[in-house]
Amino acid sequence: MAGDLICRCRKRLAQGFTVEGDFTIPLDRAPVTVLFGPSGAGKTTLLRLLAGLERPDAGEIVFRGRTWFDSSTGVCLAPGRRRAGFVFQDYALFPHLTVAQNVKFGAHGNTSDAVLRQFGLVEFADRLPRQLSGGEQQRLALARAVAAKPELLLLDEPLSALDLNSRVKLRHELRRMLLAAAVPSLVVTHDRTEAMALGDFMAVMVDGRLRQLGPVQEVFRRPADQETAIAVGIENVLPAEVESRSNGLLQLRAGQARLECVDRGESGAVLALIRAEDVTISRDLAPGSARNHLPGSVAGVAREGPVARVELECGLPLVALVTAQSVADLDLHLGQTVYAAVKATAIHLLPGPGTRE
Amino acid sequence: MDWQAIFLSLRLATLTTGLLLVAGTPLAYWLAFSPRRWKFAVEAVVALPLVLPPTVLGFYVLIAIGPHSPIGALYRGLFGGTLPFSFGGLLVGSLLYSLPFTVQPVTAAFAGVDRRLIEAARCLGASPWKTFIRVVAPLSRGGIGTGAILTFAHTVGEFGVVLMVGGNIAGSTRTVSISIYDQVEALDYAAAWHTSLLLAGFSFVVLVLAYSLGRRKGSLWPAI
Repeated sequence: MAGDLICRCRKRLAQGFTVEGDFTIPLDRAPVTVLFGPSGAGKTTLLRLLAGLERPDAGEIVFRGRTWFDSSTGVCLAPGRRRAGFVFQDYALFPHLTVAQNVKFGAHGNTSDAVLRQFGLVEFADRLPRQLSGGEQQRLALARAVAAKPELLLLDEPLSALDLNSRVKLRHELRRMLLAAAVPSLVVTHDRTEAMALGDFMAVMVDGRLRQLGPVQEVFRRPADQETAIAVGIENVLPAEVESRSNGLLQLRAGQARLECVDRGESGAVLALIRAEDVTISRDLAPGSARNHLPGSVAGVAREGPVARVELECGLPLVALVTAQSVADLDLHLGQTVYAAVKATAIHLLPGPGTRE
Repeated sequence: MDWQAIFLSLRLATLTTGLLLVAGTPLAYWLAFSPRRWKFAVEAVVALPLVLPPTVLGFYVLIAIGPHSPIGALYRGLFGGTLPFSFGGLLVGSLLYSLPFTVQPVTAAFAGVDRRLIEAARCLGASPWKTFIRVVAPLSRGGIGTGAILTFAHTVGEFGVVLMVGGNIAGSTRTVSISIYDQVEALDYAAAWHTSLLLAGFSFVVLVLAYSLGRRKGSLWPAI
């Protein structure tokens, strides 16, 4: 489609690691797309391939109907001719130029004054980059890229060079600035919270391959495969077997336990995905709407600030995320007998290992 | 003191430095940024004058610019004179002899510029030329300055190549170092003392300048 970024290319890196991208991002529907994945997944390399800073071994990159790269015809546009603004992880601001000169460097026409105002940098115009705080430097890096009137913004871990406090504060400001710039953006991050706060669409990359692309909530809720499920932080990935089906529900055997979930036509060996926050814990068997009540015992409690990860042994290993307050109220301790409750709709099934869709 | 020789040395050093900056900068740029694998061979050629005895270099230059060589013939056709034992010949010898003193610091400075700054400039639509003028060159000021100072000082202090190529003609090829040699030969130790002291003091000041410039480069633009 005309408004899409189509990338079908691969590049082999020195250590025999291959980065592959095969995706189409509907830029008109996704102002901000997050490229998400664990460190070393190849996200930065993919971004550099798009920017033209690295040359793919083979494939093609087409942006809004314009070919940026095509190995079959030998087309490879220089970075400057792709009109893609790149914001580097540590900003790469010109240290010998003032804030205003940095913004003006690639500016088209007389946009630089307006951009300085738009990004709140007017009062710093005559300072050198090193005289700015981390957050201001980040803003300058974005302002410099926007002043060149790009048609696509590529941001490499834009918040990772900041301390934790400014990072949290700047997350929403960054999204606001990206939307205000009205340029579709591709943002690399390995932080789940950042991905959720910034993105409309999310592309998940694991081991050099792009695994899934879709609306952020959709990808977090329904990851397409086991690696993506682990990457997006689904704590419970349980091998299971479909035993029977009735009334729109599936009965599964997982370990020594039985689970019930919504029937979407799966059969045979499956993987049951359950987010830790979808598992609730009670002292007694409490009747409610949840279809699954599993008796078990507490195998571990790890507090992480206001929340706690509780490991349960219910005939299958299950991780629950509850508040620290609940841990205190329920007096959860090692070996204690509890009931875990999981709604049938909170279980998402993937084809099991060894089977293919 | 042989002022004529001193001024001749200064003139030679100024010309050599200027010409080498013009010719050495593109070479340094190529050495710093070319992806060619065989560029180490060019680096070795550039560094040759550091290890060759000045007499060897001088001998080859003398042969190469002789009236029967293509270069000598070309020069005669253009300017009507001969190069050996003239100021022009001296200049050719100095350019080759001081080449590494320009090219090496400038190459190191270019190579030391953060790659991402160059990539950032390219992504902002800057041509390679604009990237060089606005980013690479300003950030390499220290290295370029060091190269210029070292080239100047080295040319003022050269002896062997000058003697081989230029001989010892007052006002034309007698540089300050040859003047000292003359003074000692003539047993005029007082004059030799003065001229030597002048050269030693000059060299010291130049090195202090070069090193302070190198130091400042480190603190002027700290990495962000």
